[in-house]
Amino acid sequence: MSWGILFDSTRCIGCGACSAACKEQNGLPHRIEKQTTAYTWTVVERRGGANVRRLCMHCLTPTCASVCPVGAMKKTAAGPVVYDSKLCIGCRYCIMACPFEVPKYQWDRPVPVVGKCVMCAPRLAAGQAVACAVVCPTRATVCGERETLVREARERIALAPARYVDHVYGLDEAGGTSVLLLAGVPFAQLGMPGGLPREPLPALTWQVLAQLPDLVTVAAVSLFGVHWITSRRAEVRRSEAPDAPAEPPSGALRDERPGP
Amino acid sequence: MSGALEVPHSRPRIGFWTAVFFVVLAVFLFVTVLRFTRGLGATTNLSDRVPWGLWIGFDILCGVGLASGAFTIMAVVHLFHLRRFEPIVRPAVLTGFLGYLFVVFALLFDLGQPWRIWHALVFWNPHSVMFEVAWCVMLYTMVLTLEFVPLVLERFGFERARRILHGVNTPLVIVGVLLATLHQSSLGSLYLIVPQKLHPLWYSPRLPLLFYVSAIGAGLGMIIVESHLSGRAFGRKLELDLLEPLGRAMVVVLAVFGVLRLQSLARSGALPLALQPTYEGRMFLIEFGLGVVLPIALLAWPRIRNSSTGLVTGAALAVLGFIMHRLDVSVTGLERASGTHYAPTWMEVMVSVGLVASGFAAFALAVRFLPVFPLQGHAPAWPPGAEPPGGKP
Repeated sequence: MSWGILFDSTRCIGCGACSAACKEQNGLPHRIEKQTTAYTWTVVERRGGANVRRLCMHCLTPTCASVCPVGAMKKTAAGPVVYDSKLCIGCRYCIMACPFEVPKYQWDRPVPVVGKCVMCAPRLAAGQAVACAVVCPTRATVCGERETLVREARERIALAPARYVDHVYGLDEAGGTSVLLLAGVPFAQLGMPGGLPREPLPALTWQVLAQLPDLVTVAAVSLFGVHWITSRRAEVRRSEAPDAPAEPPSGALRDERPGP
Repeated sequence: MSGALEVPHSRPRIGFWTAVFFVVLAVFLFVTVLRFTRGLGATTNLSDRVPWGLWIGFDILCGVGLASGAFTIMAVVHLFHLRRFEPIVRPAVLTGFLGYLFVVFALLFDLGQPWRIWHALVFWNPHSVMFEVAWCVMLYTMVLTLEFVPLVLERFGFERARRILHGVNTPLVIVGVLLATLHQSSLGSLYLIVPQKLHPLWYSPRLPLLFYVSAIGAGLGMIIVESHLSGRAFGRKLELDLLEPLGRAMVVVLAVFGVLRLQSLARSGALPLALQPTYEGRMFLIEFGLGVVLPIALLAWPRIRNSSTGLVTGAALAVLGFIMHRLDVSVTGLERASGTHYAPTWMEVMVSVGLVASGFAAFALAVRFLPVFPLQGHAPAWPPGAEPPGGKP
């Protein structure tokens, strides 16, 4: 079963309880920040006359997990995209590549790691809902099975079409995300990236990477072939012209060469 | 080989540059301490919006590309048997070897936890381009080491060891060419996954191919530029009749790159953006005009190509254009999406300068003490009769 989060911007009153609960749950420093950082994994932002939560979207095919050279980011079967700070080498490719600008870095530390929402993976494993959903006073954030949440989101739009923009953000953005958003204003106004492809972004690199084994073997055979033919030619030339000075060996000693 | 072959009047200048080098080195060491005690935030202008800056854009992306002369020349001489370019092999291998050391050191500065660099070898993620680059760069650095070591062995007379290495030369060259091809192109593939962030003037599904072709051009350009600098500083350089064909090859490679670049812009419909008076449009025009069109025009002209100054100018412009292209992909092209401008701190610059200076110093020492360049005055490397008739392009 794959969990998800549904955030309904029209229900959010911007109290920030989600952010506080997140800090409590994940042992993050209690300083209040306006934007997500490595120490603040979720915030409520006021944008375009509406409240919108920032948190990891937990993509179904996450870009961060695809780009990480050591596999520190992983999509779990339960839904969360989790991060293993013990593996991370700090290349920051995840930060560079994430289409939602989610992973953040501990720039102020000499031994830094990445910080991002992990969808309370330990809580989900223990059968509990995510902390931000539990504390939300207006049920703007709810936690449940993704399939159920998709149905619920569509029902809410159908029941109050005037209240909502007719779009469930996250249904197929960048291949779909475990976190779904509903809003009363266009998502671009909320600062959510638009124009994301429906196909997962990792497909763009995989269609190149997947060809490499074939290309390498063909290239290896071709290069050996070229070498074989050209060195044979050189041999033939040498035997046909016995007077010509021998071709120097490839590692020839420059200083031992006879002078002019 | 006698170590000192300096032109007498150049002594004071070498003294001056040595002094400059030690000042740079001192500042570099100071910044190194700051970087590892205070962290990336205190020493760089990197942030969550700009997670990759000068060290990735210049040190890694350009460093790897500029060191590509090694595999190109190795392939030309040892696989295609154009033996008259043999004298270029050693300077090119030296450049490649030092270039990759430079890249690895730079990476240690850039990584958040560089002491974990070996993780990429143990914890695999074959879906990551970075994973592939890490493996290729590591293996290729080993290949370059094996290709460089014979110079040292020869210098100190370890004849048997040199012969053993010489025996495995062909497979080594082929593995080297394959590895270089893989990661040179993969540096471009790093950016395939950000189509929504990288400006259309630089994003292209062909980025791997563009990076590969441009690296070949830049590697050839570096050989010419380096030979010139080495000639000025130590009186050791390559003959013009050997470098002139490289200039001609550069015209072809640059032209292929230019056509590929314009084609992909035309395909994605981004071509009109080049002529718009935007920041990106201007950067593109400078990069493409100064770094592709102008060097082609200069080097295609036999009179310019056959003059030492003309050849070096053309090659240097192409190298500059190459650096601009890679910085545009890695920095300029991402600025609009990140909503901020990035300029490196003086400390970031000093790390790059310090590493480049160390590379130059190592190159200078190697040229002095190892048989890198053929001795001056021995004009043709081999008797012309030994040259393959098809060898002259």
